[in-house]
Amino acid sequence: MSTAKPAQAKTVLATDRPPRYSFHPQDREEILHSVHHYDDPRAACIDVLKIVQKRHGWVPDEAIPAIAGILGIPGSDIEGVATFYNLIFRQPVGRHVIKVCDSIACFLTGYDELTAAIKKNLGIEYGQTTSDGRFTLLPICCLGNCDKGPTLMIDNDTHGPVAVADVPALLERYV
Amino acid sequence: MSAIIKSVETHPLTWRMDKLNGQLLDLKTYESLEGFSALRKAIKEMSPQDVQQTVKDANLRGRGGAGFPAGIKWSLVPMGDAAPKQKYLVCNADEMEPGTFKDRLLMEQLPHQLIEAMILVGYALQVSKAYIFLRGEYVVAAERLNNAIAEAKAAGYLSDNILGSGWGMELFVHTGAGRYICGEETALINSLEGRRANPRAKPPFPQVSGLWGKPTVVNNVETLVNVPAIILRGGEWFKSLSQGKSPDAGTKLYGMSGRVKRTGVWELPIGTTAREILEEHAGGMQDGLDLMCWLPGGASTDFLLPEHLDLAMDYDTIGKAGSRMGTGLIMAVDSKQNIISVVRNLEQFFARESCGWCTPCRDGLPWTVKVLQSIERGEGRPGDMEMLEQTTRFLGPGKTFCAHAPGAMEPLQSAMKFFRGEFERGIVDAVKQEEQVG
Repeated sequence: MSTAKPAQAKTVLATDRPPRYSFHPQDREEILHSVHHYDDPRAACIDVLKIVQKRHGWVPDEAIPAIAGILGIPGSDIEGVATFYNLIFRQPVGRHVIKVCDSIACFLTGYDELTAAIKKNLGIEYGQTTSDGRFTLLPICCLGNCDKGPTLMIDNDTHGPVAVADVPALLERYV
Repeated sequence: MSAIIKSVETHPLTWRMDKLNGQLLDLKTYESLEGFSALRKAIKEMSPQDVQQTVKDANLRGRGGAGFPAGIKWSLVPMGDAAPKQKYLVCNADEMEPGTFKDRLLMEQLPHQLIEAMILVGYALQVSKAYIFLRGEYVVAAERLNNAIAEAKAAGYLSDNILGSGWGMELFVHTGAGRYICGEETALINSLEGRRANPRAKPPFPQVSGLWGKPTVVNNVETLVNVPAIILRGGEWFKSLSQGKSPDAGTKLYGMSGRVKRTGVWELPIGTTAREILEEHAGGMQDGLDLMCWLPGGASTDFLLPEHLDLAMDYDTIGKAGSRMGTGLIMAVDSKQNIISVVRNLEQFFARESCGWCTPCRDGLPWTVKVLQSIERGEGRPGDMEMLEQTTRFLGPGKTFCAHAPGAMEPLQSAMKFFRGEFERGIVDAVKQEEQVG
């Protein structure tokens, strides 16, 4: 019978764990700046999701509790907001996101042909990303560019009217 | 189209745009074109209540679509020493009504005009903070508004003691992250608070309990930018702008989209006829196309026919014809379109953009889309017309939490009224169906 003490199991407290997601210092600064615009930090929630998304292209799972922590509200609320708004992406997207306006003014001016041409050119459907990770294709509601339909946005650029023949050259501009 | 000479007297919203020569308006240029003189006048000569009264007397109606008088909306805000210290003004710049592209123009071309208007209305309501709730896709407008705010701050128009009045406010641009429903005033407030954009029950009205439970006024961009000119030139002048075309006051940004010769936005006397907008300003339909029907002011307004073109585009006249003026930007549907496909596109939009908060809207709209799709394919079933008619009642005013679903029913009910035959053609008759089954 050994009198040696059993090896002490090392207790790891939750608080000792390294944070699973840490904000980039620049993002943190931007977040704190945004929080000051509001009388309640919760209101910065969409801003913070956008800041994180700008960094990664999307909002990774591990960022949700970190955002909850910095704003002092439950993670479920952050997730509720993140999944409600269509400009927040909760899964990885391509380097460039194409948003094709599918509302009525563009529908009347050639949306069906335009969207078919883009899908054919890229070989993907709505909600998919090209295998080279270059483009994600999404529909979007009226872009307020109805005098120039059919309209689409690629990243932050609005293009319209876009003729079917212009599609290859337009996509070439985004590498 | 006759050349329109814009003057400060006739085009209060857009007269400066002619002087821009493509240059973005900076603060100095804006100041040299009467910029901030309305704010100076108000603070020097008028009490906040005077500003409110002047706008009320001018009969400025909300330009976001509902047409509610701005002065009456403001009159519910508590004023005086007993009023809460925190009060908010929110500019609804979430322009997402399909077919609408007027606020984009006002913000991209004349950011300082909106900022002066917001400070002026902020003074009238003695707010502590103001936000421009801007849709996320308007990146150019966001940049220009933020630059303009920085310039206004540096020049002392935004401070804790604006022009020595002893009153001050802060102004921020808040960019959204999508979803049409954010344009609904109480959903917008929830979104601004960092929540899902579900609408809130009214009452209490936002003017009493809005953003963070404090008095809040939400006004559309175009409504706000009318205020500086009203303060400078008075309510009687503002009423005369409609040139007797309408009992409504002021000018209106009208526009045209669809397959017309010249799409665009024009500032015209309120009450201008739809025919003048289509034929003179938009140059008529494109060659080889006829007008089948038109939406007066966005996706959530009832269709009207070519025979309605001579109606004055104002709230009451279009209302009496069974539709709504809405945002005043007309969408022309040409004769080559399939009306069922057009309605299906509209309803798909509303179904996707439903926030899901209340059942009639969340479940009723996708159902409507499915039925329309089957009619579009020529596979509609007997009873589908009755089902769609039932939907227009069950999703209509008073049956849902907010105006989203009732708005969605407007183009559907009017299309069914005017183009019943087209719908019926898409329905497989009972005998034929029996044969197929048999």
